Amino acid sequence: MNTFADQLLVLVFLLNFMVLGSSRIGIAIRVVAVQGMVLGLIPSLIHQVSPHLLLISVGMVGVKGFLIPALLNRAVRTVGIKREETPFLGYVPIMLVGAVATALAFLFADKLPLAPQHKDLLFVPAAIATLMTGFLLLVSRKKAISQVTGYLILENGIFIFGLLLTEAMPVMVEAGALLDLLVGIFVMGIIINQISQEFSSIDTSRLTSLKE
Amino acid sequence: MISPILLTVTGILLAASAGIPLLVAGNPAKGQKIAATLHVLAATAGVSGALAALARKEVETWSIDWGIPFGPAEIGVDPLSALFLLPIFTISACCAVYAVGYWPAEQNPESAPKLTLFLAVLTASLVTIVIARHAVLFLAAWEVMTVSCYFAMTVGGRRKEVRDAGTLYLVVGHLGVLALFAFFSLLKGATSSWLLPGAGALPATSPAATAIFIAALAGFGIKSGIVPLHIWLPSAHANAPSHVSAIMSGVLIKMGIYGMVRAVSLFTDIPFWWGVVLLAAGIVSGLVGVVFAIGQHDIKRLLAYHSIENIGIILMGLGVSLMGSSRGMPALALLGTAGALLHTLNHATFKSLLFFGAGSVIHACGTREIDRMGGLLRRMPLTAAFFLTGAVAICGLPPLNGFVSEWLIYLGLFRGIIDADTFNDPYFALAAPALALIGGLALACFVKVFGIAFLGTPRSDRSAESHEAGPAMLAPMGVLAAVCAGIGLFPQAVAPLLETVVRSLDPGLAATGTTLAGHASLGMVSVVSLVLLLLVGATTLLYRHRLARSPVGVAQTWGCGYLAPTARMQYTASSFAATLVGLFSGLLRPHTKTPLIQGHFPKQVSFRSHVPEALLEGFYLPLFGLLNNRLSLVRRLQHGRLHLYILYIVVTLIALLAWSHFRIRS
Amino acid sequence: MHTAVNTLIHLLLTLLLPPLLLGVINRTKAFFAGRTGAPLLQPYHDMLRLWRKGSVFSSTTTWLFRAGPLVTLAATLAAALLMPLGNQPAPLAFTGDMILFAYLFGLGRFFTVAAALDTGSSFEGMGGAREATFSCLAEPALFFSLVVLARVSSSLSLSGMLNDFPPAAWFGSGAALLLMAGALFIVLLAENCRIPFDDPNTHLELTMIHEVMVLDHSGPGLATVLYGASLKLFLLGALFVHITVPFRSGNVIIDWCAFVGAMVLLAVAIGTVESTMARLRLTRVPQLLVSASLLSAFAMLLVLRQSP
Repeated sequence: MNTFADQLLVLVFLLNFMVLGSSRIGIAIRVVAVQGMVLGLIPSLIHQVSPHLLLISVGMVGVKGFLIPALLNRAVRTVGIKREETPFLGYVPIMLVGAVATALAFLFADKLPLAPQHKDLLFVPAAIATLMTGFLLLVSRKKAISQVTGYLILENGIFIFGLLLTEAMPVMVEAGALLDLLVGIFVMGIIINQISQEFSSIDTSRLTSLKE
Repeated sequence: MISPILLTVTGILLAASAGIPLLVAGNPAKGQKIAATLHVLAATAGVSGALAALARKEVETWSIDWGIPFGPAEIGVDPLSALFLLPIFTISACCAVYAVGYWPAEQNPESAPKLTLFLAVLTASLVTIVIARHAVLFLAAWEVMTVSCYFAMTVGGRRKEVRDAGTLYLVVGHLGVLALFAFFSLLKGATSSWLLPGAGALPATSPAATAIFIAALAGFGIKSGIVPLHIWLPSAHANAPSHVSAIMSGVLIKMGIYGMVRAVSLFTDIPFWWGVVLLAAGIVSGLVGVVFAIGQHDIKRLLAYHSIENIGIILMGLGVSLMGSSRGMPALALLGTAGALLHTLNHATFKSLLFFGAGSVIHACGTREIDRMGGLLRRMPLTAAFFLTGAVAICGLPPLNGFVSEWLIYLGLFRGIIDADTFNDPYFALAAPALALIGGLALACFVKVFGIAFLGTPRSDRSAESHEAGPAMLAPMGVLAAVCAGIGLFPQAVAPLLETVVRSLDPGLAATGTTLAGHASLGMVSVVSLVLLLLVGATTLLYRHRLARSPVGVAQTWGCGYLAPTARMQYTASSFAATLVGLFSGLLRPHTKTPLIQGHFPKQVSFRSHVPEALLEGFYLPLFGLLNNRLSLVRRLQHGRLHLYILYIVVTLIALLAWSHFRIRS
Repeated sequence: MHTAVNTLIHLLLTLLLPPLLLGVINRTKAFFAGRTGAPLLQPYHDMLRLWRKGSVFSSTTTWLFRAGPLVTLAATLAAALLMPLGNQPAPLAFTGDMILFAYLFGLGRFFTVAAALDTGSSFEGMGGAREATFSCLAEPALFFSLVVLARVSSSLSLSGMLNDFPPAAWFGSGAALLLMAGALFIVLLAENCRIPFDDPNTHLELTMIHEVMVLDHSGPGLATVLYGASLKLFLLGALFVHITVPFRSGNVIIDWCAFVGAMVLLAVAIGTVESTMARLRLTRVPQLLVSASLLSAFAMLLVLRQSP
């Protein structure tokens, strides 16, 4: 099943590029949701099915695929912003940077001392590339909601790393991580609303005026 | 069989003497014609010498005991020299003939004699460089080349622009010479002789070899215009008289390539990273060159940037070759070097052709701005046809010669993709699409030049009154266009020449039994090219047959219902390139002045855009400005007092004497 | 004997089939729009009628304007000789022919754009600029795909790459090939100026790419342009079909039929895309083309990683 999981990870790479290249926040949220669901399915593919695994999968799909996107969509509706108009770095350049980061992730993963059964799989490069995509989004986008999607993708990258260890990972740790995430999104949702009320915009580059 | 060296030396003497008639002749027009004749004679002797050298098995060398302290000099015509002699002699003869029409001595009594003289000296020095086997002779010829080219390019201009370009060229050129001093000194250290060693004589594994490689890359790289050492090239090419630009772009910058090929051929066991460095430099030069070219509106600056691009393609070929020989893949070594060398010849041909074409256009329109030309095809049909040939060839399109050499380099890359451990050496796989992108961008650029300058309707009065160039200017273009078509249609004819040269550079190659015919079916390329011509002929006949049997009307160009289109409404070069310039604006840093349009009846406004030499203006000039500020203390040493300068010499002498005294002691 | 017959079929299909694809596309679009649509053979009829009509030339044009469509068609026909069809090797197959194939299209593009600039019309200049810009961005995508094909099939000729393309490759590196197929489909649409890059049926000059370049062609010249364009669609379509439908029966007749069937299916797919998508804003076109290059570059990375 590992090879099938590998092909699914290719989808994860593609979703990374989609979120980097799209200006619509709605698309970015949907892409992140799909990515979360894909990642939720993978544990049951690569390990022996157990109640613990099923719990993680169902939790992941539910929270990342439905709950968080619903929260974010609501935030989008309240602040009424559909597009990331002027990112710090344009869409074509950021995709090229993303491509370079992905290529480097492959080269770097090849050099890591991995367990032989993980050596030829895409997990490690996918994890690094997804992490990098998250960072790139956080660095390049201005709107708070886009930054939340960046944060979610970053978390997805960490999750892919964790996939290699899922069997060893206690269910409580996983559930805790999900909960953290959820609370984080809540907090950010509230902050986004506050920012938009204060500055009548959710442009995080405007936060510099809070410096004084 | 007559000696190749004798013929070549005859060529040198004939070419060098070509400067004299105009200096002494009472009738300037006659003197110039005699000069051109001497150049053609030199070319006849030199080309037959080069071909004779390529045909014979053993290499002949002459020793010249010239009584200077560096030992007797040596000259020789080996296959590599012979291959470079071909464009040097051909292009210089074409330039001399072209000059008769382009820079007639009756109209330029002041400058024509100088120009002819320096062109003659330049030709002789170029030939000497490729046959010199001795460091001092090489450097002397190199210096004569640099200086005579400086005089030739600045001869006609009192304008500040021309003088600035000349100064930049001279300064950067001499920085390159400095690197070459290092190169030859290091080489002397490795071989303990000032003579150039034979192919594969030195091991490339020592640190000294690395230093030699880097010095060669810097010194020869400056001359050939590798990015980021290219800053002198665009302004020098743009401001020189067109036939001097042609010889600069066609031949002079190729001396850098000659030096680099010669330098790497001295080594065996070349490390892989040398190849990677050359390939990467090639990709960067190719891409940066063509992207900058797209932004130019000055036809000669644009062509100059394309020289950088083509040098990039040549370097890619050399990189492939080095990577192949270090990984033990002889097919790559053969295809890469053959492609690079053929592209050197091809670029010399079509770029000179294009500069000649540009010269004729500038002559006719009185401007270098593409946006002031237009509709020239009607008034200059032959120039247009030759320029079109050059444009199609430089884009690397079949059925002309540019395609053949790029194809060989592509084959090397793809062979590497299949045979090498490509994941750890992904260079081949990245270089092939990069070359494709360069090709696509070059196409966009040349369709722009040709379309805006020669097609449509004239954009200025001068271009509306332009006239066809004279026979002296058309003849060289015709010859070069014929060479482009000849190599393109029958590439298998040049294959043996290339094979001879590559084998002389890499003695181990013959033992592996790798042949060009075994890896590149040039015959099939020829078949497809001929089929293509046949198809063009067939469709044309069919179309004309049809046209003759149906009514043909003449009307205005469709203007969406607007019935009074003017020439100013046509697409210009700047608008044609706007999207691409926008896409690459991060690199190009275009200066645009967009006017503010206000109100319902806005006043007349103007839009301006310009793509500067970003690397020079954005990096080198600020850097040197900074250095200038920081090093003002050092400048106090330069004060202009003669006796203090002599004091420097005395102090140095005493220091040296003391040093040698203590050294001998210990 | 066998080869001669196959070559004959190859030539006949190349010459006769291309306009049918246009017919199928139009029929599909009509189906989606709820119309009956023109007959499948309408494009043949249109081209023949145009061929018999008279011509009108703009007074600014020169011989280059007339030569443009002819050279383009000749270059495309020469490229057709290099493209294998129906699991048979191409009439002319040799090492490195894929580069010649790609560059022959370049030659065609050069002359199409030059002919457009010859009219001196701002609209046609605009179309030429767009064509030159977009197709040079599509070039890397095509070449990355060629690298993948060369690597998967260990061959340096289109016939080798496509005919020996192992169907098993789809199991081993399916995702990579899917990415490459996606990139090639984007290139196919962009090079042939289909939706979402360009709308072949639009009536507003400002939004056109290919159609605006050929505004001034008429009569036999326009017929040549249309036929050349359909031939280009046919050839790039054949490249795509060979990869996505790696069907090998071993029986020559079945293979030929399967090929024609697959081409018709491709036309239906293009028609479906055209019916269900809107044309992109022009400023987004470069982005989609760069994405296609990235897709194929990523496919290349995966394939290189897999086969050591």
